[in-house]
Amino acid sequence: MRFQLIGLNHKSAPLEVRERLAIPESRLPDTCRELAAYPGIEEGMVISTCNRVEVVTHTVNGSADLRGFLHDHFHLKAEELDAHLYEFREKDAVRHIFRVAASLDSMVVGEAQILGQVKEAYATARAVGACRGQLDQLFSRAFAVAKRVRTETAVGSSSVSIASVAVELAKKIFGTLQGKNVFIVGAGKMSELAARHLMAHGCASIFVANRTYDRAIGLAQKFNGQAIKFEDLYNTCDKADIVITSTGAPHAIFRKEHGEQFLSRRKNKPMFFIDIAVPRDVSPEMAKLDGIFAYDIDDLQQAVSSHVADRRKEAERAEAIIASEVERFEARLHTLDVVPTIVSLQDHLETIRQAEIDRVRGRMGQLTPEQEMAVEALTRGIINKVMHTPITTLKTAARESEATTVVDVVRRLFNLQVKEGSVPKKDEVGIRH
Amino acid sequence: MSLLWLRFALGCYFIGLIYAFVALTRTSDLFSRIALHAASLGMVFHFVSLTELFLSGQVVWASVHNGESLLAFLSMSFFMIIYAIYHTTSPGVVVFPVVFFLTFVGAVDEQPVLLTQFVSHKGWLIAHIILIFTGYAALVLSFGASLLYLIQERRLKSKKPTSLISFLPALEVIDQIGYRSLLLGFPFMTLGLLTGSVVALTTYGHVDFLDPKILLSLLMWAVYMIMVFTRWNSGWRGRRAAFLATFAFVAALAAWAANYFSTIHRFAS
Repeated sequence: MRFQLIGLNHKSAPLEVRERLAIPESRLPDTCRELAAYPGIEEGMVISTCNRVEVVTHTVNGSADLRGFLHDHFHLKAEELDAHLYEFREKDAVRHIFRVAASLDSMVVGEAQILGQVKEAYATARAVGACRGQLDQLFSRAFAVAKRVRTETAVGSSSVSIASVAVELAKKIFGTLQGKNVFIVGAGKMSELAARHLMAHGCASIFVANRTYDRAIGLAQKFNGQAIKFEDLYNTCDKADIVITSTGAPHAIFRKEHGEQFLSRRKNKPMFFIDIAVPRDVSPEMAKLDGIFAYDIDDLQQAVSSHVADRRKEAERAEAIIASEVERFEARLHTLDVVPTIVSLQDHLETIRQAEIDRVRGRMGQLTPEQEMAVEALTRGIINKVMHTPITTLKTAARESEATTVVDVVRRLFNLQVKEGSVPKKDEVGIRH
Repeated sequence: MSLLWLRFALGCYFIGLIYAFVALTRTSDLFSRIALHAASLGMVFHFVSLTELFLSGQVVWASVHNGESLLAFLSMSFFMIIYAIYHTTSPGVVVFPVVFFLTFVGAVDEQPVLLTQFVSHKGWLIAHIILIFTGYAALVLSFGASLLYLIQERRLKSKKPTSLISFLPALEVIDQIGYRSLLLGFPFMTLGLLTGSVVALTTYGHVDFLDPKILLSLLMWAVYMIMVFTRWNSGWRGRRAAFLATFAFVAALAAWAANYFSTIHRFAS
């Protein structure tokens, strides 16, 4: 296991450093090729997102000059870059990759985007031949681990932004948002963002009312919606299922009597008010009415904080999964280290067996098919018994630090030459029948 | 033998009963799946029990225990239809305990309590029983839905970001379940009462409107109708709808209890 990783992310480097290292998608294949051809590197891959740039490699002897690669590639001096870099080797590199793919190292822990970005980077590196054996294994496992983390923990299940909490609450009230109408009262940036989220989840149409009518028209046009004059607000508001309100009014603009009017006109169908104005636009008395659900900025923020705390708790469980997966991956790689020796041993003894049968065949005379089978079974049985102990010892040693010594001893004892590319799948290694 | 199958069904419904209590405190997908499968298996046993009863050819349909067993089966059928449409097991919180209780009462005793009067038109009687029980089952469900609506409404109003009772579906989905059950149950209940009147007329030659059974049944029907009307006309939901649904449910229980002191609709051991 000679993995080596270097990089920087949102925690280690400010945006101005990250943007200097960001690699556009079009240049990623060339960078991967350049990396794979760099001295001391067998395989290489580059992950470049807005929050991180990482170079992941499998090296020839476990120690390649990755800092040198970054300096050369980005034409940056050591003092400009090195303070922001982190570097991981072997097991730590594996853990880091697993954590990145499982979104535990992300700015918003549990966000789903990073897995897709890592998959794209992997596909690019594979396409140019920079990621073949060991890195291939590492990333295939990382994707499986990310999937396991997502299924077994709730690390990515809750919303952690005001806009997505609003969508989640709307779904708790209406089930589906298909065909629901949204009313924006007061054209602010945050209302626009929440409305965009709601529209993305299937809301049908948007009405916009603003004290400055021109601004209402401007925002309505963005969503293909309808601008409403502010004085018509109370006559039209009941058409909306979801109202996002953020006016700068000094008093509540939605009071109990308005709520009663709306509900009566809507035949008591529920209405959801997202009140992001300070001071609040929806009076507490109106919020108490049956069928009116009003969430102010504090309520939404509280939901976000609680979800963030939930994610943190789930992230702890995810870390435990990652730790066990790193151990498993390491053990699997060690097993693969001894596989070529096992295959050579099997081939070696099989060659001896065949040679011995051929040698004595003349002396045995003509054999019946049954006798042929008996000879075959007898010789194969002897070979299997001879091989059993060395193979078991090799497999056991693979899980421990003495693997190299044991492999060496077995090779010397049987005078084995390991052939290139003789690494079969894990299931193929064992006693032949 | 019919009773044995019913007891098997009871065992399966018991898992549903436990689910109903567990679901109130925490959410478990695995447990809701187990409860759903147990309830389905219970329905198979229950169906076999009812079929055997029917094939036995006795006039045991008009017994208290078999009536309760039929009502339990119909309530469970409604639950399954709702599950098929909305993919939610949350109405089970109300339906499972009711079904368990009804099946339990039906499964404990070998001796059915029979209708004391001789009835000449068996076909009308069977139609009356099936129709009225379908109406009852729908009422149980809309009652359950109105309670769940209240719980979900309170939860959304409290604004506490807790995962407690988060198994509940969206407010509008619960509302639809309740309203559709109401709409579906009403014609059954109406036709059930009409066929009951036909049975009474052919047996006694007249309908005694002062009999407690008839009075309470009419009261239940009237509340049922008010529920449908207020919902259709003014969209009553939440507290008011739950209040009416509870009233209708209590009226239905009272109408059922009237079997023990009615002169024309009496059961005895």
